[in-house]
Amino acid sequence: MEGLLSKYLLTLYVTGNSPRTKVAIDNLNRICSQELEGRYELEIIDVLENPQRAEDERILATPTLIKQLPPPLRRVIGDLSDKEKVLLGLEVRPAPNASAQTRPEAK
Amino acid sequence: MTTTDHPAVEKLRTGISSLDIIAKGGLPKNRTTLISGTAGSGKTVFAVQFLAAGIANGEPGVFVTFEEAAADIRANMRSFGWDLAQWEEEGKLAFVDASPDPHIETFEAGAFDLGALLARVENAVKKVKATRVSVDSLGAVFSQFSDQAMVRGELFRIATALKAMGVTAVLTAERTEDHGPVARFGVEEFIADNVMILRNLLEDETRRRTIEILKFRGCDHQKGEFPFTIVPKGGVIVIPLSAMQLSMRSSNIRISSGNKDLDEMCGGGFFRDSVTLVSGATGTGKTLTVTQFLQGGAANGEKCLLLAFEESRDQLVRNATGWGFDFEKMERDGMLRVVCDYPDLSGLEDWLVTIQQIITEFKPRRVALDSLSALENVGTLKAFREFVIGLTSFIKHQEITGMFTSTTGSLMGGDSITESNISTLTDSIVLLRYVEMFGEMKRGLTVLKMRGSAHDKAIREFTIGKGGMQMGRPFRNVTGIIGGAPMHVNPGDVERVWTQYDKAIDRRRPESISGT
Repeated sequence: MEGLLSKYLLTLYVTGNSPRTKVAIDNLNRICSQELEGRYELEIIDVLENPQRAEDERILATPTLIKQLPPPLRRVIGDLSDKEKVLLGLEVRPAPNASAQTRPEAK
Repeated sequence: MTTTDHPAVEKLRTGISSLDIIAKGGLPKNRTTLISGTAGSGKTVFAVQFLAAGIANGEPGVFVTFEEAAADIRANMRSFGWDLAQWEEEGKLAFVDASPDPHIETFEAGAFDLGALLARVENAVKKVKATRVSVDSLGAVFSQFSDQAMVRGELFRIATALKAMGVTAVLTAERTEDHGPVARFGVEEFIADNVMILRNLLEDETRRRTIEILKFRGCDHQKGEFPFTIVPKGGVIVIPLSAMQLSMRSSNIRISSGNKDLDEMCGGGFFRDSVTLVSGATGTGKTLTVTQFLQGGAANGEKCLLLAFEESRDQLVRNATGWGFDFEKMERDGMLRVVCDYPDLSGLEDWLVTIQQIITEFKPRRVALDSLSALENVGTLKAFREFVIGLTSFIKHQEITGMFTSTTGSLMGGDSITESNISTLTDSIVLLRYVEMFGEMKRGLTVLKMRGSAHDKAIREFTIGKGGMQMGRPFRNVTGIIGGAPMHVNPGDVERVWTQYDKAIDRRRPESISGT
């Protein structure tokens, strides 16, 4: 069941070099390295430079994180500061050989 | 608050029928105008039409949809004759589809803004070089996100950005009731420069659409609610009552009513651009008066239009033949067009638009409507009045001579809703009445009012036969005809009254004033 299907394909849409963009990218990098190490691909798109991509994907809010794979398609909007919600939104399942510390404590 | 003596706000002609009249030139240019209305009030149609009219005028547009999917709008607007897909292909229109996608679940995790939306709008405006933008509708954005304050702030940012882009924008918003707060979510606060309200009121079981310009900051507009209708192949059509009244002229040219005697009673015929109301109970000769009026027009080389809401074509033709008039020949000669329909088929606003279209196309010199009473119950009294005002001013404006009939409820005397409501709007009133005399029903006719002219004040008896109406002698020895209770008076009494009247006048004239 695992293998290729468990690869996370992520796209993050941001607006320019705003502080919020920076926060979102930092948060996402942290979450990915903690939870998805070695099993994700991330593309970052600046909607100011590439508005047509935003149009095609019908993005309204920035930052918006889209998980194309594994299904289902999911969107998480916001600067991703709420890690628990990000994981919930992405439906991140623990890696096959991950250690116990996957469920973070409630804040 | 700034006050300027000379408002420098430029107007953009929208191209939407008659809207530019009530907006006195159009919408304020390079500004955003809020269009607020309840569900089904025509906001989306208006928003699309704003762009469609622009595209027809060589001004490209962008449509931002938050509510309906772009595909749905493309399909829905086809019935109005607007091919959005083709305009998109031709690069005259761009969609920004911001409608919610029910297939994608969205989670909120932290702070965000609508930067992507703004980037997309800017991109679309740049792509087609748009000068017009429609956003439909603002309320739907609020339902997509939980942080209302953020949405409000972001919409304000977008409205400001639209101004900076130099486009004229229409933003729709919904309201919960037709009379109440301007819009939900307080969206009017950030684009309150210009506010227009669309209403779709239910009055006496009929729908009545009105449009009101609540405010145009820094420029003028007409005040109050104006009826409008939404028609296939045309969209929103505003009916600007006051604008039509202002431009009315007055003519001194007389035309024949089609009956020599009636012409004489009117002091030489009706005026060219006048509207005459013929009022009477059923069977008193209203349709005959109309038939004569049309015959008189056709005989004079004037095209005539008959709008018949009471009788079928066949009935009308048969009646006319009975009186010696050949409607079918007049039609064949292109002098007459008969439009027969059930009055309840559409609302009064729609009738007005339909009639205006027929008149514009056929270009008649005379228009007869038989009868107004049949239209009375189609809408509310207010809508009815507006219909009559609209039609009266329209036909006067075109220098068309009009004749409307009105049916009184009671056989003897009496008046009707039609009469009491529109008598002030018409120039002449001809009353047809039954007069009961010695067990016999006779018909009487009087010219009650003839604006700007002397007329015969007598109530004349008339008979109906081959050749139409034959005018007879005045009812000199009957009183109370108009009141509905004719009383025969001894001719001697009449004589005495007149003699006394003459004497009284004579007595006043000389120096001596006699006491009682």
